Amino acid sequence: MAGPSDPGFDTLALHAGAAPDPATGARAVPIYLTTSFVFESSEQAASLFNLERSGHVYSRISNPTNAVFEERMAALEGGLGSIATASGQAALHLAITTLAGAGSHIVASSALYGGSHNLLAYTLARYGIATTFVKPGDIDGWRAAIRPDTKLLFGETLGNPGLDVLDIPTVSTIAHDAGVPLLVDSTFTTPYLMRPFEHGADLIFHSATKFLCGHGTVVGGVLVDGGRFDWSQAPRLPELNQPYAGFHGMVFAEESSEGAFLLRARREGLRDFGACMSPHTAWLMLQGIETLPLRMARHVENTRKVVSFLVAHPMVAGVGYPELEGHPSHALAQRLLPKGAGAVFSFDLKGSRQQGVAFIEALKLFSHLANVGDCRSLVIHPASTTHFRMDDAALASAGIGPGTIRLSIGLEDAADLIEDLKHALKAAEKAV
Amino acid sequence: MKLTVHGREAYAYTGGKPFDPALPCVVFLHGAMSDHGNFTLLARWFAHHGWAVLAPDLPGHMRSAGPALASVEAMADWLLALLDAAGVGQAALAGHSLGSLAALEAASRAPQRITRLVMLGSAVPMPVPAVLLDLGKTDVFAAIDRVVMYSFSTLAAKPSYPGPGVWLRGGARALMRQVFAHGRDPLLFHNDFAACNAYTHGLEAAASVRCPAALVLGSADQMTLPKSAAAVAEALKATVHTVPAGHFLMQECPDGVLNALRKALS
Repeated sequence: MAGPSDPGFDTLALHAGAAPDPATGARAVPIYLTTSFVFESSEQAASLFNLERSGHVYSRISNPTNAVFEERMAALEGGLGSIATASGQAALHLAITTLAGAGSHIVASSALYGGSHNLLAYTLARYGIATTFVKPGDIDGWRAAIRPDTKLLFGETLGNPGLDVLDIPTVSTIAHDAGVPLLVDSTFTTPYLMRPFEHGADLIFHSATKFLCGHGTVVGGVLVDGGRFDWSQAPRLPELNQPYAGFHGMVFAEESSEGAFLLRARREGLRDFGACMSPHTAWLMLQGIETLPLRMARHVENTRKVVSFLVAHPMVAGVGYPELEGHPSHALAQRLLPKGAGAVFSFDLKGSRQQGVAFIEALKLFSHLANVGDCRSLVIHPASTTHFRMDDAALASAGIGPGTIRLSIGLEDAADLIEDLKHALKAAEKAV
Repeated sequence: MKLTVHGREAYAYTGGKPFDPALPCVVFLHGAMSDHGNFTLLARWFAHHGWAVLAPDLPGHMRSAGPALASVEAMADWLLALLDAAGVGQAALAGHSLGSLAALEAASRAPQRITRLVMLGSAVPMPVPAVLLDLGKTDVFAAIDRVVMYSFSTLAAKPSYPGPGVWLRGGARALMRQVFAHGRDPLLFHNDFAACNAYTHGLEAAASVRCPAALVLGSADQMTLPKSAAAVAEALKATVHTVPAGHFLMQECPDGVLNALRKALS
């Protein structure tokens, strides 16, 4: 049956959601930097507000530039739609608050970005949403932690800080057996390295600030719905299949069998909490995504070279990268991440905290800062920065040593990165 | 709203308002492997503009109990029984693709009950390639992917459906997969498309239709080519509205379809 085919990933990265602007012919996506959109008539205004028509009303709820970014991300992830948010944290918050409220419970991986852990362990707990943390590889632990009030399972595709690969096929089966969705943070992998919906995840969010943007310029997030979870048959989630007083008793799962989650997330969470993305930010995200396949391939290629160098260096006690045979997630990485295990990893420097500091300060190409996923290579020494208040014992319990260094490998010439590291390792050796 | 039709539970979306059979009634009938969600925006618009709206799920599709109906004729009978169950004497019928054939057949079987007929994304006859029918039996997800590939004319339909931020191909794929999973009928895809394929006397049925008729066609429809609707348009003496869209025209061009329906149902 010959005919048109679904476009490939690289094509979608350039074209999904975007066509030449019908008003001007502009080929690049215009930035619709406007708060609001003029109604054609009173009738059209009323029907837009009442969801009788599709269109834009106010840029907190939707915006044409943001919509291109949202459609493109949904296309790249193999989902049905997405919502652009002010940050990755805002995307996580939107996902959780669409499904959960006071008295709800979440089961989450213990290997999370610190900000996500704080949100779950402290901030949401203050609002009555409890979380049980389980080690990502503890499959029985995931199952045992589910309670009658559990609404959601949540983990990272590559956990923090040890890059534990989440066994999405198994954890999603546990979630579905319990009648709840699995949410994953796919920031470190991007849809280029893994498409979590294909493995069973139901919802994905990204800190788009990182590899999606790719240039370290703007902060943003995105929440994507795979459209496979049957919200109409989810007794644990009345938020989506019972009348919603905030919109004339609307039952979201009746409005759209496949899109109920996104409808509520946009019509409640985005509307009421208001953590929307600026159209200018959406445009910069689109600029980044256009080259995502090229950049991610290079990120991984460079990372593999740097990892190989570090593994063989006498000043390096160990490298934590899932493609290495000794990594606890090696087998899972081979199965779920055949194109690469990302470009962020940690290694342990032999020696003291002071030697770690000396290493950082001797680097020239690597920028010392608290971010990942930039086109430029980045470095941070947790013991002297993010975790500096901890003594060595507390660091060890968090999986961090005094000489642990986290790298985010950029797009420079790999030889130059290795030369920079070689020079800094020598400086660390001398700093005894 | 839940009804009992032919002894089985049936679901009909009413457009966000309680159903009032005293108002003029319009029924929106979805196509193969789909549900009422194809018509959510239109249903809401008409329900809030003086109409009583029924947008049912066909038997075996999402919220209506199975088994699925095997022929367009059976769907037409079911549609007329749905009107009975809802206490509706006369109604306008608007159907998409397979749903348009059921609406045509119903209008021919009960011409006194049907006040308007609107066929969206339609062709008469509506042959389905054997390779797609076979694929629906052996690999339904591949078959769904084929239909999605052929059903959209662009990678960037604006403002999208049911609202901005939805990737239409992903939405269509997700809905068809949900309909399949929900119905637990491994042959549902084949059933629906075989029903389209087997309905060969549509032009004869059109001769029995007495109400005003309209066709709303996508200019870039590759599933039901606009030229394949010419004969039924002539037989029905129908007004033809063409919108810039593929087969899933309600999703690609929601306002264009609304404007056409407002004219067709006025």
